[in-house]
Amino acid sequence: MSSFRIFDIAGAGMSAQSVRLNTVASNLANAESVSSDPTTAYKARHPVFQATLDQAAGSNDGTGASVAVRGIVESQAAPEKRYDPASPMADANGYVYAPNVNTVEEMVDMISASRSYQNNVEVMNTARNLLLATLKLGQG
Amino acid sequence: MGNSIDNFLGVHAQALAIESRRTQLLASNLANADTPNFKARDIDFRAALAAASAPGGNGSAPGGALPMASTSSGASLGGTAAGGAQDPTLLYRTPLAPALDGNTVDPQLEQAAFAENAVRYQATLTLLNGKFRALMTAITGQ
Repeated sequence: MSSFRIFDIAGAGMSAQSVRLNTVASNLANAESVSSDPTTAYKARHPVFQATLDQAAGSNDGTGASVAVRGIVESQAAPEKRYDPASPMADANGYVYAPNVNTVEEMVDMISASRSYQNNVEVMNTARNLLLATLKLGQG
Repeated sequence: MGNSIDNFLGVHAQALAIESRRTQLLASNLANADTPNFKARDIDFRAALAAASAPGGNGSAPGGALPMASTSSGASLGGTAAGGAQDPTLLYRTPLAPALDGNTVDPQLEQAAFAENAVRYQATLTLLNGKFRALMTAITGQ
């Protein structure tokens, strides 16, 4: 029954969006984690989504493209160099390296992920109601 | 004899199958609302219903498998390589505004289409229920 694939698709969407929310949480939590070396400074992480056709579910109609997290990439932007000789993490010249996290961008990402998650929940609820109504077909 | 019941149910059995497929398609569009290069798709309902109820077509098997092309497992949908591209009723949505990441899903539009499709599905269910009730009345004679 292909209708049950809707739950797989919406579930994959929710799972992908929650990975995105996790990376946002990680980025925001580490927004001020300074480091004494630019190579070891925390780098903003973002998931890469990819549409997948799931044939294992016995579906060959090509209609339902699920979504999967293909990987998590670290931002290659340069870390922010700050002069803070009082910091215990300061290097020999008194500089610390702050992560390349853009907090405004992360907040926008969080709202977008939250809305997409809600969309998938709505899809799942509607699909559930429709399937339950279909099960009652012919009973009254 | 089963064929006469199929005839009695009319176009609704096929409509239900197409609406169910469309629900899945729109769910997939919404799940991929943030996937780069994903192209939103939808079904041309009128054409799909005409194809399903055409004599000698899939109309002989109501609710049966609709003709679709398959692609290799785990194939990427980016670009023009998409599963089911050979089905003439499975179309790509024309984007209202271009996105930098190549995604053509408009979540508001998809939500509206999903809600509309859900109501249509429920309407078809109601009509089918009426048909079954009429059949039961005819069978039991009460």
